[in-house]
Amino acid sequence: MSALLIAEQVLNGLQFGVMLFLMAAGLTLIFGVMGLINLAHGSLYMIGAFAAAAVAGATGSFLLALLAALVAAALAGALVELAIIRRLYNKDHLDQVLATFALILIFSEGTRWLFGSFPLYLDTPDWLSGPVRLPGGVLYPAYRLALIVFGFAVAAGLWLLITRTRLGIKIRAGENDREMIAALGVDITRLYTLVFALGAGLAGLAGALVGAIQSVQVGMGEPVLILAFVVIVIGGIGSIGGALVAALLVGLTDTLGGIFLPEAFKLFMDPAKATTVGSAFASMAIYILMAAVLVWRPTGLFGARG
Amino acid sequence: MNREALFNTAVLALLVAVPTWALWADEPFTITLATRAVIFALAAVGLNIALGLGGLVSLGHAVYFGIGGYAMGILAHHAQSYTPLMEWPFLFEGTKSMPVIWLAAVLASALAALLIGLLSLRTAGVYFIMITLAFGQMAYFFTISWPAYGGEDGLSIYVRNGFPGLNTLVPIQFYGICLALLCVVLWLNWRLAKSPFGLALGAARQVPQRVETVGLDPMRLKLVALVISGAITGLAGALFADLNRFVSPTMFSWQMSGEIMIFIILGGVGRLFGPVAGAALYVLLEHLLGGINEHWQIFLGAALLFVVLFGRGGLVGLVAGREQAHD
Repeated sequence: MSALLIAEQVLNGLQFGVMLFLMAAGLTLIFGVMGLINLAHGSLYMIGAFAAAAVAGATGSFLLALLAALVAAALAGALVELAIIRRLYNKDHLDQVLATFALILIFSEGTRWLFGSFPLYLDTPDWLSGPVRLPGGVLYPAYRLALIVFGFAVAAGLWLLITRTRLGIKIRAGENDREMIAALGVDITRLYTLVFALGAGLAGLAGALVGAIQSVQVGMGEPVLILAFVVIVIGGIGSIGGALVAALLVGLTDTLGGIFLPEAFKLFMDPAKATTVGSAFASMAIYILMAAVLVWRPTGLFGARG
Repeated sequence: MNREALFNTAVLALLVAVPTWALWADEPFTITLATRAVIFALAAVGLNIALGLGGLVSLGHAVYFGIGGYAMGILAHHAQSYTPLMEWPFLFEGTKSMPVIWLAAVLASALAALLIGLLSLRTAGVYFIMITLAFGQMAYFFTISWPAYGGEDGLSIYVRNGFPGLNTLVPIQFYGICLALLCVVLWLNWRLAKSPFGLALGAARQVPQRVETVGLDPMRLKLVALVISGAITGLAGALFADLNRFVSPTMFSWQMSGEIMIFIILGGVGRLFGPVAGAALYVLLEHLLGGINEHWQIFLGAALLFVVLFGRGGLVGLVAGREQAHD
């Protein structure tokens, strides 16, 4: 196994990780501020991807498609929050799980109704197609590299938003003591809608960005949703920094586990068997990681509350 | 007789009457639907012991359902191909006998519940929901990528397993077996809820600190509840596999876990017959709505939202009032 291959896989892991972060950041914000488990977050990811594919098909512009994904998902998020989600804040987790599970059914079937069962395709833009040569001689697709850069940029922007702006102060205050900030005159219902729309927009953006390297289809959100849950649970629910660390950890574990575990098993097994056993364990690696972290620290790496 | 007991009797009467009618009217498909409902009910009764009595929101009960299914699949697969399951340290052959398969399913899923419980009960709240979900996904991906028993394609069993003295290939006889098991488990559940263990478990759900003060270990109570719960859902999994004569990784999927939970919510959390009414209603809705419109899940989702937002007690709560509802 060459160093070039490893470098490429590390980049793949980072790319996967930052996309998971876009999903996980919204989930963890929504949980931290409103105390809501939102299983329907994957549907917002799907809505973003479908909006992007539709707009890209109509206009041919990738940037317009990204904008459409952001707007469509944020709008859908705000509408759902106003109509349904806000009735769930005071209910227990069981009700939240079920109501948002019901939303998944509605969104998935609704999208299938509108767009049919066949996957749509979203092309990467021309100006980002083809590989770039990185220092050290690694050839890496420009689009994936752009995803990594963009993901970190969004992470930095989110950090500035949370730590440096008035909205960020309100969000942090809302996480600590929602009665108190309501008493201080902050319109808490509007803040909730805003936070939900922000999380939804990030998920939609992730859906569109990933949709260009995979196919855009109904049900694409759920596998990512579960991984995003793994991320926020490992990072500690409510912690954005934790989500970033955990997202990169999960992305790297999943990508590198897929290559290294079969190789590792080959050291003491015959190669054919090692490949099957190794890939079986690789597909479970992140869940084993999560279980291990929770057994070690029951509220995640950076979590404070249960 | 209070209204809940009346409702329970009515549900039980329907579970007897509908298949009897179907037998008389020669509608074998209705019997298959009823069998499906009864097996789902059994799985949900299992989850209801953890969820309703113990307050453990496990989003990973598909693990036990799938383990039960694969216990049947693996044993029957070895029996139909005449290969032993293992030869060392002792000869262990496959089997086509239902009681043996049930025993294996119950033991295997109870063991899984014990291990998962020991690890996941360290966490609480959302973390518990998520760690059980993670164990479910672990099992799902493991079966997909493990080729020995079919991998992603699953395992087909050509002939339904046998039960001494009955012909299980006749739909109504297999239905009878499933219904009898459901009744036994419901009776167990009823006894359990009234037993000192059940009362202590209920107390551990409501105020764990007080349970601890009187010298009981809430963690151990919850662990035992989870093991019993997992074993029952595992038994349901073995029956489900026998109904379809097929097992596949979808039995482990997280949608399966969600569905088992939906049965309970539709019927009523913590109510003895809640899971039964919920599973029957679900299968009925699936059949009726599926016949009207291929996008029936939209209506299912809307119905579910309605129950969660406005009708907290589920079907049982609607009929029998809320006085005994889970808090």
